[in-house]
Amino acid sequence: MSATTVPPAQTVHDARIPLRGHLRHTGALVRRNLLWIRQDPESMFDAVLFPIVFTLLFVYVFGGSIGQALGGGQEAYVQYIVPGLMAMMGMNMAQGVGTGFNQDFNSGVMDRFRSLPIGRGSVLFAKIAVELVRMLIATTILMVVGVLVGFDITNWPGLLAAVGLSAVFGSALMWIFLTLGVTMKNAQSVQAMGFLVLMPLQFGSSIFAPPQSMPDWLESFTEYNPLSSLADAARGLMVGGPVAHDLWMTLGWTVAITAVMAPVAIHKFRTKD
Amino acid sequence: MRGLVKHYGETKALAGVDLDVREGTVMGVLGPNGAGKTTLVRILSTLLAPTAGQATVAGYDVVRQPRQLRRVIGLTGQYASVDEKLPGWENLYLIGRLLDLSRKEARARADELLERFSLTDAARRPAGTYSGGMRRRLDLAASMIGRPAVLFLDEPTTGLDPRTRNEVWDEVKRLVGEGVTVLLTTQYMEEAEQLASELTVMDRGKVIARGGIEELKARVGGRTLRIRPADPLRLRPLAAALDELGITGLAPVTVDAERAALLVPVLSDEQLTAVVGAVTAQDVTLASISTELPSLDEVFLSLTGHRAGEPLDTEPAGSAEHREEVAA
Repeated sequence: MSATTVPPAQTVHDARIPLRGHLRHTGALVRRNLLWIRQDPESMFDAVLFPIVFTLLFVYVFGGSIGQALGGGQEAYVQYIVPGLMAMMGMNMAQGVGTGFNQDFNSGVMDRFRSLPIGRGSVLFAKIAVELVRMLIATTILMVVGVLVGFDITNWPGLLAAVGLSAVFGSALMWIFLTLGVTMKNAQSVQAMGFLVLMPLQFGSSIFAPPQSMPDWLESFTEYNPLSSLADAARGLMVGGPVAHDLWMTLGWTVAITAVMAPVAIHKFRTKD
Repeated sequence: MRGLVKHYGETKALAGVDLDVREGTVMGVLGPNGAGKTTLVRILSTLLAPTAGQATVAGYDVVRQPRQLRRVIGLTGQYASVDEKLPGWENLYLIGRLLDLSRKEARARADELLERFSLTDAARRPAGTYSGGMRRRLDLAASMIGRPAVLFLDEPTTGLDPRTRNEVWDEVKRLVGEGVTVLLTTQYMEEAEQLASELTVMDRGKVIARGGIEELKARVGGRTLRIRPADPLRLRPLAAALDELGITGLAPVTVDAERAALLVPVLSDEQLTAVVGAVTAQDVTLASISTELPSLDEVFLSLTGHRAGEPLDTEPAGSAEHREEVAA
């Protein structure tokens, strides 16, 4: 344990971790997070109830009036809101990942992980993988409820593409929330912060209503809001209409956010005291 | 390690610590909250980067070779670092997989360690339902999965009842018997005496004493005689009488009014006998009389001249260690 101690005569340990090692570590941590869900099924409530409650609320509360503006009725709004809610799903799940991660940090478990010879990114990748599973469950439920209230699935490949797009964009956002989860002191502040950022982004977008009726300044904000791009791209893919521009915008945002926030999150995690 | 320094802003958690631990021995690091013990362990286990200085553990540099180092250490924190939502078995299996054991090896190792730490019956229950002692045992088991050469035990029995404490001590002794090098931090002299062969005493981020247990015990006055008269009213007259006796070299007698007892530090068997003789001469009925090891407070008093955690002239009390304060 000092300069005078002779190192133990054992195999020299390699500093590098092979890709297979990373996969094994991430897999083991995914298993841990899935076991959490089995141990505590209530943690799935948001993923299950969120799509049900939001679909019913929006369709029956706003459906009539916004639908009229769209040139149809409630029927027309269902076609509008379901892809929008799919875009929103990624967001809400992403927010949860930050809160959960923060709780993890305030227990001693993280210290143990960080004292093990694993890539520090593995812990974060595992979180994201599990969150994506939750997101897919939520999306499936959303589609079932959507169909029940009148959504027409006309384009299956388009639907799957929209799900995939929401998932990659959602995982980009998760890096932001993981960073918040690492840096903020407690789970409540992570949640409050996430709420403050997300609410304006969600409502100032084309998720719930077409922006044409909004004041000019808000309309331009909506136009550059990545959530609008995602919602419009999902809409285009699922029900038809122009897709290319919004699709590229969404993918651009995804790449940009990931490129900036993933290294930040991993760095913060690595150097956290 | 040499000249290890860790600053948190203005606060100096470690102000230059040197420490050598011989392979296969237990080094006890004794100190009050805020002494820098946890900071020290966190640096040596690569959880914190030192501000200055260098340290090697099992031949690996903590700053330059963290990955290699993590393969050969085990860490058991002050706050049991097991996943409370996972069953005991799953906790151990997870660590095994993270240490690159194959599925089969990880399963076998989890079974083996649960058996060894008498947790087989609780293997399928979430660790959150375990008692304090079971959780510490699981924590120890988790630290042992990778067969570490060096084990860090950060206050392994803080908050445990005496019986459970003994269980944990027994386990640690077994591990040491197998040749593991242990760095143990503790607030209890008794724990250090039970487990450690050598002792480093820390205060405010500095080493204030070091040496073999016996050597240090001699320096801090060996034992304290606790005398409890049946009649509490006799307490002060008795203390005064002992003070006047003039037994050469006897440390000052203190009165523990709360428990109606006198605390008389004695340096030798002769002094012990003389004090008992003097008490008998006073014709006082005694409720109890016992010798005890010096408490951390007494150790500090005799080594530093101030009580543990008591403010020095300029430094604020207990500001030394960020971590322990936050956690406390």
